[in-house]
Amino acid sequence: MKKLAALLVAPILLAGCGSSEQPPAAPSGAGQPVTGEVTVFAAASLTETFTQLGKDFEAANPGAKVKFNFGGSSALAQQINQGAPADVFASASPANMKQVAETGTVTFVKNKLQIAVGKGNPHKMASLADVLKPEIKLALCAEQVPCGAAAKKAFEVAKLTPKPVTLEQDVKATLTKVKLGEVDAALVYETDVSAAAKDVDGVDFPEAAQAVNDYPIVTLPKARNASGGKAFMDFILSDKGRQVLTKAGFDTP
Amino acid sequence: MRAVRARVPVVLLIPAFIGLAFLVLPMVGLVIRAPWSTLVDQLATAEVGEALRLSLICATSATAICLVLGVPLAWMLARTELPGRRVARAFVTVPLVLPPVVGGVALLLVFGRRGVLGQYLDAWFGISLPFTTAGVVVAEAFVAMPFLVIAVEGALRGADPRFEEAAATLGASRWTAFRRVTLPTVAPGIAAGSVLCWARALGEFGATITFAGNYPGTTQTMPLAVYLALEQDPDSATVLSLVLLAVSIVILVSLRDRWIGTRA
Amino acid sequence: MTLQATLNVHIGSFVLTADVEVEPGTTLALLGPNGAGKSTALRALAGLRPLSSGMIELGGRLVDAPEKGVFVPPEQRSVGVVFQDYLLFGHMSAVDNVAFGLRARGMRKREANAAAAEWLDRVGLAAQARHRPRQLSGGQAQRVALARALAIQPDLLLLDEPLAALDAATRIQIRAQLRKHLDAYEGATVLVTHDPLDAMVLADRLLVVENGSVVQAGSPAEIAKRPRTDYIAALVGLNLYRGTADGVSIKLDDGGVLTTAHRIDGPVFVTFPPTAVSLHKTRPEGSPRNTWLAEVAGIEQHADTVRVRLTGTPDLLADVTTAAVAELRLTSGQQVWVTVKATETHAYPI
Repeated sequence: MKKLAALLVAPILLAGCGSSEQPPAAPSGAGQPVTGEVTVFAAASLTETFTQLGKDFEAANPGAKVKFNFGGSSALAQQINQGAPADVFASASPANMKQVAETGTVTFVKNKLQIAVGKGNPHKMASLADVLKPEIKLALCAEQVPCGAAAKKAFEVAKLTPKPVTLEQDVKATLTKVKLGEVDAALVYETDVSAAAKDVDGVDFPEAAQAVNDYPIVTLPKARNASGGKAFMDFILSDKGRQVLTKAGFDTP
Repeated sequence: MRAVRARVPVVLLIPAFIGLAFLVLPMVGLVIRAPWSTLVDQLATAEVGEALRLSLICATSATAICLVLGVPLAWMLARTELPGRRVARAFVTVPLVLPPVVGGVALLLVFGRRGVLGQYLDAWFGISLPFTTAGVVVAEAFVAMPFLVIAVEGALRGADPRFEEAAATLGASRWTAFRRVTLPTVAPGIAAGSVLCWARALGEFGATITFAGNYPGTTQTMPLAVYLALEQDPDSATVLSLVLLAVSIVILVSLRDRWIGTRA
Repeated sequence: MTLQATLNVHIGSFVLTADVEVEPGTTLALLGPNGAGKSTALRALAGLRPLSSGMIELGGRLVDAPEKGVFVPPEQRSVGVVFQDYLLFGHMSAVDNVAFGLRARGMRKREANAAAAEWLDRVGLAAQARHRPRQLSGGQAQRVALARALAIQPDLLLLDEPLAALDAATRIQIRAQLRKHLDAYEGATVLVTHDPLDAMVLADRLLVVENGSVVQAGSPAEIAKRPRTDYIAALVGLNLYRGTADGVSIKLDDGGVLTTAHRIDGPVFVTFPPTAVSLHKTRPEGSPRNTWLAEVAGIEQHADTVRVRLTGTPDLLADVTTAAVAELRLTSGQQVWVTVKATETHAYPI
């Protein structure tokens, strides 16, 4: 129970206070070995994989240190636009990316929706239509965040009108409602289901294929540690990076 | 020291004005950056009205609950010698230091569908608080109650308990003495506490979104609407904030005249 | 409605013990310095502080007896209390204050207000019925408090320093009115005061309380005439000494000898009033038997006399005229001869 609480709280707290304190980054253009601090703003759904990749990156570049700020992509985009010091931005939606950078962006993974259900699928859900059953409590992401937009699209494709009990502010909060048993089903990314495999099961549905989310990444033009940022971005796009991401359930383009 | 006006110490005035500016400037920022041209359109949307209505209803209901439960609690803390009173007082202040989101999680763990008490509420009565307007009220009351209790307890401690003794010698039971003597005596403290409590409930975000979720019309209060608007359209978030600000100032000022103004 | 009580209250290391008996229609005053335990006695009688042991019986009904497990809370005793600072309810009008006790006892609002208005009329405040306590003068507030306590027609009326908060001029007037109301009241009254004049004017009997114990009991006249402690002697303005008498000569415990007019033997108190003292620059010739040398320790101007504090064997207080002070050129530290006529002294057995 305690762990669930911590999981739920983490993304919100991070989104709230991630960008405040930060020692000055090392001068850019430092040459081959990457040094100094690299600040990465990344979508909440990347929390597990990027944390892992950050450690791997630091291991490969002993002089470097990676700092993360995970949160809703739209909130992160806004923080960056308000001057938050970020070197790399990895967004869960191209729309949010567009608010920050037009050029230099690369789609590094795609994420697909799944129906997250309680362990063992107690309500025997098999299709998107099942989440509309009256006895099922459904949680969705708010339309303003990428997973909500994707869910909306999936329901449109299936020509269904969902009746959620709540529209959560990010994908982790949505998933937590399933973990706590407060809802019976939620539409979240496959990767989030994998990361929480201990507590939830995922159910695939065909409409998800038409509501795929592209994840773009960019080294920001105003980066204070541009070389470090570029190196981290390259690391994500490397085979090693893709391997970790794929293992977590992301599709590579 | 030579001039009469120099009696106001500058050492105090400078930090005082900096403090005032610190509180006022963010609001000025909201006003300056508000998209005045589209303001009317933004306000006219049904969602804004709904969120505002819900916010006012929930904050007022939460304040009512806090009054019914919090005033007796404050009385118990201030006037009785029950064992464990100090511990109880410490617990009353917990929601003040708890991040509201954690408060929301804690509420879920107790009143959620699988919660310590919630599972029985659900199984026996079919009552489930999360994702309902009642859940919003519960979350707001949890976070706002300490403000009321602390204010009322302070007022009770400041009130002379001998008035209750005088009432007793006149034949009043403790309940009658409380109702007819103590309550009116501490009424200004209760009013001040209620205002604080209501304002805190109105601005509540973390516990509400965590415990009650977010759905327009049932659980989406203004702060939630503001937060989600911020995800997509910062301008409309600014407008919503201004609305919340304006409504609360109008209500608080009018109440202040009616309740607290009579004291001077 | 006789009050009969054996009070025994322990508060930390302080112990109050007092036997109190008051007949209906009479007033008992507890007189003593601050901290003597008078207010504690009053609180015990009202039920605001339970007895440690002993008992309180009011009109034949036991209301507090710890040994028998009896304790009747204040709201169920028939006791009216006028508190020192009145404790009028600030949010109620005068008439609502007076009606409060009646309403708490279940009377309907209309009847209670009518009765309260009548009581206010009786204390001469009909015009102030709608006033809030803060709009009342000290004397008016005192009368509202009295009306409030009497309105419930209690068997026992308790007055805690009822005149202490008033200025001197108001006090004389209110004291006289209070006397009138107490005469009309049929129950027993217990008055607590540190002002001997209040006690003398208002009470039929006096208990003098010092350090939690009753040191003297009697009628006001008795006590004024025969004080048994320095405190009372000072209160009633007498010089008081303890000594051993052998005929007309009394050897004082703290040194010195006084001669009295009447024969007496054994341990005695001996008193004389400050007005009986004469002061002289030189040793007077002739008769007075009580003559000794003393030093001026202090001079206080009173209304029309001057009180002179003198140290010697024994110490004493003397009241002299302003003219005498001028004639003697009295200053602190000056030596003067003191004489007191034997006929002015009064000795009585301990």
